[in-house]
Amino acid sequence: MKRAAQLGCATVAIMLSAACCQAQQSAMNPAGPQAGKIEWLFWVIFWIAFVVYVLVIIAFTRASTRNRVREERPVPVLENPPGERGAAIAVHSALAITVITLFSILVMSIITGEKVEGITSKNPVTIQVTGHQWWWEVTYPNLQADQTVITANEVHVPVGKPVVVLTNSADVIHSFWPPNIHGKHDLLPGYQNAFWMQVDQPGIYRGQCAEFCGYQHAHMGFAIVAESADDFSKWLEQQRKAAETPHDPETSRGEQVFLGHACVMCHTIRGTTAGSRMGPDLTHLASRHMIAAETLPNTRGALAGWIVDPQSIKPGSQMAPNPLDPDELNALLAFLQSLQ
Amino acid sequence: MRIHVPLVLLLLLTLFSCEREERRFRQAPSAASTKDTVQVSGLHPGGGPPQGSPQLPSYYQESAYAVNEGKRLFNQYNCSGCHANGGGGIGPPLMDRGWIYGSEPGNIFATVMQGRPNGMPSFRNRIPEYQGWEIVAYVRSLSGQLPSDVAPARSDDAYFKPSEESMPKQTPTGITGVPEQKK
Amino acid sequence: MAVADPIVVSNAERSEALRTTWSEGRGIYHWFTNVHHTTIGKLYFVTSFIFFLLGGILAALVRIQLARPENNFLGPDKYNQFFTVHGSTMIFLFAVPMMYQAFGVYLVPLMVGARNIAFPRLAAFSYYIYVGGCLLLWGGLLLNIGADAGWFSYVTLSGPAYSPGKRVDFWAQMITFTELSALAVAVCLIVTILKHRAPGMTLNRMPLLVWEKLVLSFMVVFAMPAVMLVSTMLLMDRTANTHFFNPAEGGDVLLYQHLFWFFGHPDVYIIFLPGAAIISTLVATFSRRHIFGYAGIVVATIATGFLGFGVWVHHMFATGIPQLGESFFTAATLMIVIPTSYQFFCWIATLWNGKPQLRLPMLWVGGFFFVFMIGGLSGLMLASVPLDLQVHDTFFVVAHFHYVLIGGAVFPMFGGIYYWFPKIIGRMANETLAKVHFWLFFIGFNLTFFTMHFLGLRGMPRRVYTYLPEMHWTTLNQIATLGAIFMTAGVLVFVINVLWSKQHGVIAEANPWGAGTLEWGVSSPPPPYNFLNLPTVSGREALWDDPPNEPVVTGIRDDVREVLLTNSLDAEPEGKEEQPGPSIWPFLAALVVSAVLIGSIFTLWAVVYGAVPIIITIIGWVWPKGDEAVERRSHEKWSTTV
Repeated sequence: MKRAAQLGCATVAIMLSAACCQAQQSAMNPAGPQAGKIEWLFWVIFWIAFVVYVLVIIAFTRASTRNRVREERPVPVLENPPGERGAAIAVHSALAITVITLFSILVMSIITGEKVEGITSKNPVTIQVTGHQWWWEVTYPNLQADQTVITANEVHVPVGKPVVVLTNSADVIHSFWPPNIHGKHDLLPGYQNAFWMQVDQPGIYRGQCAEFCGYQHAHMGFAIVAESADDFSKWLEQQRKAAETPHDPETSRGEQVFLGHACVMCHTIRGTTAGSRMGPDLTHLASRHMIAAETLPNTRGALAGWIVDPQSIKPGSQMAPNPLDPDELNALLAFLQSLQ
Repeated sequence: MRIHVPLVLLLLLTLFSCEREERRFRQAPSAASTKDTVQVSGLHPGGGPPQGSPQLPSYYQESAYAVNEGKRLFNQYNCSGCHANGGGGIGPPLMDRGWIYGSEPGNIFATVMQGRPNGMPSFRNRIPEYQGWEIVAYVRSLSGQLPSDVAPARSDDAYFKPSEESMPKQTPTGITGVPEQKK
Repeated sequence: MAVADPIVVSNAERSEALRTTWSEGRGIYHWFTNVHHTTIGKLYFVTSFIFFLLGGILAALVRIQLARPENNFLGPDKYNQFFTVHGSTMIFLFAVPMMYQAFGVYLVPLMVGARNIAFPRLAAFSYYIYVGGCLLLWGGLLLNIGADAGWFSYVTLSGPAYSPGKRVDFWAQMITFTELSALAVAVCLIVTILKHRAPGMTLNRMPLLVWEKLVLSFMVVFAMPAVMLVSTMLLMDRTANTHFFNPAEGGDVLLYQHLFWFFGHPDVYIIFLPGAAIISTLVATFSRRHIFGYAGIVVATIATGFLGFGVWVHHMFATGIPQLGESFFTAATLMIVIPTSYQFFCWIATLWNGKPQLRLPMLWVGGFFFVFMIGGLSGLMLASVPLDLQVHDTFFVVAHFHYVLIGGAVFPMFGGIYYWFPKIIGRMANETLAKVHFWLFFIGFNLTFFTMHFLGLRGMPRRVYTYLPEMHWTTLNQIATLGAIFMTAGVLVFVINVLWSKQHGVIAEANPWGAGTLEWGVSSPPPPYNFLNLPTVSGREALWDDPPNEPVVTGIRDDVREVLLTNSLDAEPEGKEEQPGPSIWPFLAALVVSAVLIGSIFTLWAVVYGAVPIIITIIGWVWPKGDEAVERRSHEKWSTTV
């Protein structure tokens, strides 16, 4: 009970502090060293580009206007224009400067790339992200099977420590992109790739799928929750547990509704007989701060609307409508909101 | 440049639409209905023409998307656990000519929703009706009953049987081996 | 300044004889028997522009959907079809056919001093096949069979398991049509440029646009087969149970990306290089001097053609390819900036040391400088692997490629259209309407696409049919939609200008801009035989450099369609060739090939049964013309008669 309360307070605290920044899915707001270095490189290339642009435009404008003839009729052709030698020197100098500038951009780019990808550590937390149409299966693998955590759409990481993210896809190509933290990495069917990731500031960082994957590509979001090492361990411990047996009649009835309707065909709730891997694992649904792949807030109303008519929110997604009687729905909601 | 007049006339095509490409996302949710009442006897009193079986709504028979959804559901709801992608095992094969309970769409729908003796579970209240019809359409495609441009092509799994669209059409027979009579 | 007149027979008689020999015929039947490059070129111009408009309409609809968060103007299914068909139309049905085929087929024979393009029936066939591809894709869209997996249709989304139906099959086969068309034109242009140049037009004296079309044609020959291969592999995966891209059976999803982008990147240079060549032409003409750095620009064009084939992996930086390998492609991508920068510096030098007359087409040259450079500079950011991983597949890259494609192709295209409008149509375009068009388009374009740089950096991915209100992307999206309205208005003004000026524009003389290339030496529009007397040249800008007594070619018959063949390097005359007259067989062959290609989407038997009509049309195409023609040809040097 105490641990749950502590966890709850920590979550609220994070949410409050991050609330103002929750929509900060931006490459220009780095929260980790990798996004930070990339943002630095962006500004360097930006200013080089800005200077080049201004210089060339000035040269072009001056060239067009300094000897401008305002005649409508075509004037006679210049047979031997003066200043050709000077022009040759200018053109070749400009070319040399261009080559040098490009080479320096190349060098800076390679160095930044090495720094970004070179983050490593011993015994990192390993996270397996598998893309589905249109949600993210997030697994914390463990050599002991009962210590493995399977969740969906929310990735928790300890602050300040590099983690390894393994990527795969169950169907089509997706792309895992949390811009505040790192560039995107594609999830390819038939490939198991890996990359390092580090978040330095605690908070909740939204990411989104960045490779067109079908009807609900637009609503395939996820969140990275960066928290202190303690909070992270507590969260992981809590996620390992099976769902608690319902205590009160309403929640108990809700569990029966869950098991007696279409829900059980697609979702797992460990601790019950529901074990389908077709859709997201719901064992700790109430501990997530958003539902439906970061599309809806995790509130009673949003959850009700999502359960009853998901196709009006995400047309083409794989969740079928579930028309339930009002008291069945209420019981189900009570049960789902008890899954901390 | 009057050659471009026919190009403009193309716009008239918008009045038509290809049934094969229709996609319905938001369908009427599952509900108990009279649609899954199937006539199991060919006999009826009083003469006169026989009643037909419930018809598969044409959308499910003609939309490639619907049949492909049926294939996805067939795999994800683990029908292969007993029917092994149509080859049978614990349950009977679905890609051959023989139909124990009838090959008409209404028969297959009843099989899926109500279950059958000897082990076929009932999926009523577990899957919406429209998903039942999608699965019915897919099951029929396993024995080549659907046109090849509607039936699914190969899946992205190991290729252990011909894809549904390249299955030759099997003439359905009952358990006695005699070709079914159309009711 | 007209080409020198011959002495022997009166010009009026000769031009009558030539007109009869080279006429295309009137009536509906003769709509389908065109074999003259000016007719085919005009057909390409109008058809590709119509598809520019259609693609633009789809873009406008997409922008309307994105104007508000969680908008329900278009659902995801329609939106996916619209953005896919928008991209596919713009790249396959507009950009390459307009920049390469329209400008190439119309201008190259005139610029090299020939009466017609080489292999005229093949050129006609290429047009009809192109139209077949247009009808396939758009017929599909209008029938709800619009392709919906993106203009590059990555597997496994576009594979048989995740794209049911025939939508992606229509897309894949449309590729076959359009690439076949481009390959046919490449053959025609390479032979025209190498074998049909006016005597005296050595390689060193060819107009830059002709050089560019030569390089481009070779790029087409090497790039198009890759995409025809990959689209056919996709089609076979979807219909013939092959496993090229099925990971479970040893296939590879990245193979698709490699093969596609091996074509796809050269393709965008196939779209940009014609724009650069038009800029070279306009800058030289309106600076009233030879272009500065002719040899360097030729080398730069060839270098871009080669390097364009070495950068394709920069579209795949996020796929997990090892960093060292990806860095090679960063280097190659940065290297390709060098020849393009060289061209920029030469253009500025030409203007600097010239006497610029800023006539109407120069407005578009200015627009090109302002717009294309932004695209090129944002390309520097995309070339860098770590930075690309942030901005790839976001609206940043959408901004980048619209800046380079619209800046590098559409702006020069409009400049080129206004420049050659008097030559093609015979009247001057209205200047006031043209300026309104320019400013509406320029302002609208920047409003729409500059804001997209910010959207991408602020996290908005590509190809999303909507977005959440709390993402704070709404205002930027609204600005982008506003810009689209301006652009649409600008293009409408252009259409009005063309339609009005066709009827009421000031009648154009032969050379209203005082330009130097050979097409300005004939009347506006050119007669059906192009040149009364086939010219010779002694300088790079023929009309500027040739002395008044520059000789003309004699001995080419006026009563049959005879053309002059010259040596590839220094254009010494080598022989004569008789070209075929109007023929229905290219149209019939295209019809039959289209039927077979479309039928093969549904059943492979179409290929088997369709072989028969194809053979019949080939036989009709090559059937000898009769005794007279055979006798004539038996007295000539060996030559091709396709």
